[in-house]
Amino acid sequence: MLDKMIFGRFVPLDSPIHRMDPRSKLLLVFFFVCVVFLANNLVTYAILGVFTFILIALSRIPARFLFNGLKPILLLIVFTLLLHIFFTKEGAVLFDLGFVKIYEGGLLEGIYISMRFTFLILVTSLLTLTTSPISITDGMEQLLGPLKKWKMPVHELALMMSISLRFIPTLMEETEKIMKAQTARGVDFSSGPVKERVKSIVPLLVPLFVSSFKRAEDLAIAMEARGYRGSEGRTKYRQLSWQTLDTLLMCSLVVLTALLFLFRS
Amino acid sequence: MEEKLVSLKDVTFKYDGQDRNAVDGVSFDVSKGEWLAIVGHNGSGKSTLAKLLNGLQFPGFGSILIGDMELSEETVWDVRKKVGMVFQNPDNQFVGTTVQDDVAFGLENLGVQQQMMVKRVQDALNKVKMNEFLDQEPHHLSGGQKQRVAIAGVLALQPDIIILDEATSMLDPRGREEVLDTVRELKEEKILTVISITHDLEEAAKADRIIVLNQGRLYREGTPDEIFHLEDELVGLGLDIPFSVKLSKSLREKGVDLAGSHLTEEELVKDLCALNSRI
Repeated sequence: MLDKMIFGRFVPLDSPIHRMDPRSKLLLVFFFVCVVFLANNLVTYAILGVFTFILIALSRIPARFLFNGLKPILLLIVFTLLLHIFFTKEGAVLFDLGFVKIYEGGLLEGIYISMRFTFLILVTSLLTLTTSPISITDGMEQLLGPLKKWKMPVHELALMMSISLRFIPTLMEETEKIMKAQTARGVDFSSGPVKERVKSIVPLLVPLFVSSFKRAEDLAIAMEARGYRGSEGRTKYRQLSWQTLDTLLMCSLVVLTALLFLFRS
Repeated sequence: MEEKLVSLKDVTFKYDGQDRNAVDGVSFDVSKGEWLAIVGHNGSGKSTLAKLLNGLQFPGFGSILIGDMELSEETVWDVRKKVGMVFQNPDNQFVGTTVQDDVAFGLENLGVQQQMMVKRVQDALNKVKMNEFLDQEPHHLSGGQKQRVAIAGVLALQPDIIILDEATSMLDPRGREEVLDTVRELKEEKILTVISITHDLEEAAKADRIIVLNQGRLYREGTPDEIFHLEDELVGLGLDIPFSVKLSKSLREKGVDLAGSHLTEEELVKDLCALNSRI
């Protein structure tokens, strides 16, 4: 259960997308989020759609995982769609329901915006579904590397991220243990009015915080004993390798952008 | 005797805001290839001593010599290359997200080349028999396995000395055996000099030499045999003598014909069987 909650996002399969460098995937997401806004008519949205579905097909991720990613946003998408349908007054009237008129422009706009949302979510969840959290961290560290020149603590941020990832399951286990211990002492976590339940979190959080600080101190000592002294002179065990596939992905982005510019109205 | 690897002279250390010295005028040597156990009850200063040996604390008075280096602020990073340390809590010293990342952590800190790192990580994990768990995440490992990974992390740095600071105290009996067996093998292959800090006298019984600390002072020094002869004195210091020693003593008092004391269960069982076949 624990694994599903934390790392369930990552589906370890063997596909061209999985094998790609996390840097190229991060760049892809970044640029995709930008170019999505170039689309403004049927053809350009169709181009974006085809691009997204090629990526999904290449990743071999089962549809239900993608749908799970969409679920939390579904309500938002439907809501935007409805808002546009009812409140944008452009073009010819399609239906006249008496109290409200539905315009062609509103319907189109609504569909476009919800498609934009869907593509964005699909492509970003593709990143987390095909890349392990630690690779994403590595990729970020490398991509942000140049910022070190301006005194950005890139290495420290990446280390913080990977240590947090490493400790999530440990702290979850600990939470479970404390919950059991406090239940045995008469704390009721699962019933009663909301106010009581929120109050009952206090005896859970206090010991959790105390032990986390203890852990942090121990970890700091252990790291120092193993010779950790910041990013200077440090080498990396995990090496990222930029392959032809990654270059191709970047090229496809250029093509996508060109097509969007060409066909947008 | 053999080459001296560690030499402490009159080492004294006091924590801020405390009246008593945590470590008080302790002097001893450790020879190369030896397994030294430092025992004492809680607050006897044994963990502080471990931190002093690795430069995590500096003595207020006295000197610590590691190899031919005097431990000081300047040499501390070089000393840490020679002295590896395994701590008590298996979870709180696991830095990497997977086994291989964790073993590589120390190597990354030293700036070892990547190809070299891959090899040394492999070698170190082979030595502690954890090579099948390269990509395993820490929460899927048992306490004993995590401590073996921690030992591999130390081994990868190719130090001369490993300090086990209560490294087995949070493990179940099986995990403890696993870890101690690993350490014994490494010691026998003459890879490491072992300093184990413990309050578990069963563990100390496996060492070549024992130092007993009390109130920050060196109380006794000797082979396990000599130390366990103190029996009641040890109990007075809040230490518990191993079960086999106790049993063999009681048997002898009852007039059973056993020669000498028995440090381990195996020895006792062997002698009792021999006795049985004679009768």
